[in-house]
Amino acid sequence: MTQLNVKVWRGDAESGRFQQFDVPRHASQTVLDVVTYIQRALDPTLAYRFACRVGMCGSCAMTVNGAPRWTCRTHVDKVVRNDAIEIAPLRSLPVIRDLVTDMREFFDKWARAKGQFHGNRTKKEDFSVVKPESPQRKQADAGIECIGCGVCYSACDVVKWNPDYLGPAALNRAWTLVNDERDTANAERLRAVAGDAGCHACHTHMSCTEHCPKGISPTAGIAGLKREVLFALSRKEL
Amino acid sequence: MKVKGETLLWVTQRASAAVLALCVVVHLATLVYAVQGGLTAVEILARTRGSVAWLAFYAVFVLAIALHVPIGLRAVLNERAGWRGASRDWVLLGFGVLLACAGMRAVLAVYL
Repeated sequence: MTQLNVKVWRGDAESGRFQQFDVPRHASQTVLDVVTYIQRALDPTLAYRFACRVGMCGSCAMTVNGAPRWTCRTHVDKVVRNDAIEIAPLRSLPVIRDLVTDMREFFDKWARAKGQFHGNRTKKEDFSVVKPESPQRKQADAGIECIGCGVCYSACDVVKWNPDYLGPAALNRAWTLVNDERDTANAERLRAVAGDAGCHACHTHMSCTEHCPKGISPTAGIAGLKREVLFALSRKEL
Repeated sequence: MKVKGETLLWVTQRASAAVLALCVVVHLATLVYAVQGGLTAVEILARTRGSVAWLAFYAVFVLAIALHVPIGLRAVLNERAGWRGASRDWVLLGFGVLLACAGMRAVLAVYL
């Protein structure tokens, strides 16, 4: 049986280093399987995060051979180089321990981007009818499947360079709400996402789009926000 | 106000980039055409001296640069050097004025 040479980041917010492990290789083995093997068979002190194992929860994202990925949906065959893999925590997020990052700032930025839905109907009124074929609904559809895994945030260089930048996930969320015809807080939302900590900081590198495991293009949503902010400015709503 | 200002800066940079794209094409095309018979100061001055059209063209070119460069540097200084705030913006405003003055001095030198 071949062995995988696995380097895993060990450390905390202050410092750390890569530790090497030999892991037996199996058919259809995922990177999450590799990490789980290390924790259960080789070193029970290894800290990592996972839940569903099937690409639904978004909690197992890590940096694999330098690129952010869901480890549960990444087969070893796809990323291995010379029987070696390097596994590190997500970039641009504070490390709590080993492969576990602190996601608070990531989700706080969703709140700062006004990522909450604000409607004006009460339960006494009938449901809103949103036509599936409407352009706005299609725009919202394109970004709505985000599960908040942090892969795009970790892939984004602007997040790395500008710590105040809201990031692709929060801006994608804001874009889906801008296109939600039931929402009533768009003027406030556009004010929240404009500026050099918001959509105008995006350089259209498209790393978020390249790495998103759901095939979402936050870049397209951010471009849409830039347009909408401009229209809001021309209507004197900013 | 900050959001409006940031949005206006973004629009200004995009608009000045569009102007610059056109200006650079015209400038390079003229350059390629003009060097066909050899490039001399006399030939350049013969084309530009007293020409209101070239004066207007290069004045627009210089002003687009004076707007575009400081706004771009603003993001570079933020992201690469962590320099934010009013001190950065005042320095860049000064740099933009310097670019405009130096550029317009050169434009007027070949017009007058």
